[in-house]
Amino acid sequence: MKNKKLKSALTGFAYLTPALLILLVFRIIPIFFSVRISLYDWGMAGARQFLGLTNYFRVLQDPVFWQSLLNTFWYAIFSIPIMFILSLFFAILLNQKIKGLGFYRTLYYLPVVTSIVAVSIVWKWLFNPERGLLNYLLSFLHVSTIRWLEDPRGIFTLIFNPLHINLPTILNGPSVALCSVILMSIWKGLGYNIVIFLAGLQNIPTAYYEAAKIDGAGRFRLFRNVTWPLLTPITFYILVMSTISAFEAFAQVWIMTGPPAGGPLGTTKVVMYYFYEQSFELWRLGYGASIAFFAFLIILALTIFQRQFLEKRVTYA
Amino acid sequence: MKRRFSLLPVHIILIICGIGMFLPFYWMLTTALKTPLESLRFPPTFFPQIFKFSNFVEIFREVALLRYFLNTIFIAIASLLGVLFTGILAAYAFARMEFWGRDIVFIIFLALMMIPLPVYLVPSYMILFKLGWIDTYSALIVPWTVNIFAIFFLRQHMKTLPQDLFDAAKIDGCGRFRTLWQIVVPLSKPAIITLAIFDIIGSWNSFFWPLIVTHSDSIRPLQVGLAYFSREFSTNYPLLMAASTLAILPLIILFFFAQKQIIQSYARTGLKE
Repeated sequence: MKNKKLKSALTGFAYLTPALLILLVFRIIPIFFSVRISLYDWGMAGARQFLGLTNYFRVLQDPVFWQSLLNTFWYAIFSIPIMFILSLFFAILLNQKIKGLGFYRTLYYLPVVTSIVAVSIVWKWLFNPERGLLNYLLSFLHVSTIRWLEDPRGIFTLIFNPLHINLPTILNGPSVALCSVILMSIWKGLGYNIVIFLAGLQNIPTAYYEAAKIDGAGRFRLFRNVTWPLLTPITFYILVMSTISAFEAFAQVWIMTGPPAGGPLGTTKVVMYYFYEQSFELWRLGYGASIAFFAFLIILALTIFQRQFLEKRVTYA
Repeated sequence: MKRRFSLLPVHIILIICGIGMFLPFYWMLTTALKTPLESLRFPPTFFPQIFKFSNFVEIFREVALLRYFLNTIFIAIASLLGVLFTGILAAYAFARMEFWGRDIVFIIFLALMMIPLPVYLVPSYMILFKLGWIDTYSALIVPWTVNIFAIFFLRQHMKTLPQDLFDAAKIDGCGRFRTLWQIVVPLSKPAIITLAIFDIIGSWNSFFWPLIVTHSDSIRPLQVGLAYFSREFSTNYPLLMAASTLAILPLIILFFFAQKQIIQSYARTGLKE
């Protein structure tokens, strides 16, 4: 009997071996190795000196790290809600049994399949202050030249300064440059969220709507009391995914901003870019590993928070 | 169901916003066909005065674009074969076998999927360095021959196959591996094709990893080559746009052929959560 158990385990693991082996070498060992690296002053040539937790303390005292965290925070605060509302809006429009659904869906989805590198190059051209299409189109609305990716001024400052209100630095808001990056990212990610919302909407049984209508519910009540609660699992999924992708924003910054990338004045230097710069441009690998852990902890905390917060309202159909 | 309002405003909103969504692509294409001089004209021309199709030839002379293309195609196919090999085997074990340790391994796989790239990027780089793989195809392929998502996806599918099939195969004396190869794989064809499309899109567009593990031009995949090209030729907009057009064209073609599959499976992964 025991022999048979052993045999079945051996067969099972034989099938798992190829996947396990690769994951062991390129995921599991690296994760533990990463902890070790973060405890050292580790350069290109290897470990130089054991530092204990010093790297972590240094990261916490590093003003550029906090700046990059603030930039990522602004990126998330602006991109997630705007994308959320827009994609829900378009999904609801597309869910009305309209003609040409396939056509519209393709149109809005196209940016999702294209590479971030190529579209970043294209948008950098659109954002060109002197020759770009966007400033040209805005000139019809009598908007004066916007220096898009080159403007380090915070947008809250731009709004409040004419009113003679001085804001503390932390409340300057994302720079115009960062807002430009956010705008592009919304354009790129919108279609993905629309498709997921649309699938969620189509999954709601029409019987619920009919029952609510018989009870005299109007359009707003239908949305508030039927659509919204039944959509909560999708909402949760979209929020988690957008948070993760906000933290992973990298290629946009590498290509669109600068030189040096992350500029102007470091206002587009997001956490991921700072991690890259420290690890693979300055080769401070121990320091980079510490930054990575903080980023991971923040993503984890946010995911757990969203889960807790939404769990109370989740209504599974 | 009686409509209480006309759908015309809906169409108008969708079309106007749709034009906005498409505008960057349109601008990419027209700029790609302009002469450098015309591309810098302000106010810009919405339609090229002279169609300079030769931009698409010139680009191959200015930069090793063909090499980047071939690299990307090679990397995409090689890693896809790996993903299918490791994925089908592992999914089969998770879905259709009972053995000690199976669920623990499954949970470990699930947990690994949650770990973001930067956490394992630095040590992976060092491991590749120790192996002498930096700046080789191996560094671009081998770590990506497992896709945990693919394993889950195939497992979900294999679980839906009726048990009778497996019982019948067993009675007929068909071994485990032969059952997998001759029964499970043919029945999983739609799932495998969907996965293949996903995986190709993923490797075609991947940027961060190849940026870090490659240094020489001859090994670079398309996206990294394009990114460096954009830094070097930052003002030759027609060439930049021509290169960008070529870089996204294959995926747009793939998208048009496999549209339903791509959109439906994206939607389904969202619903699985």
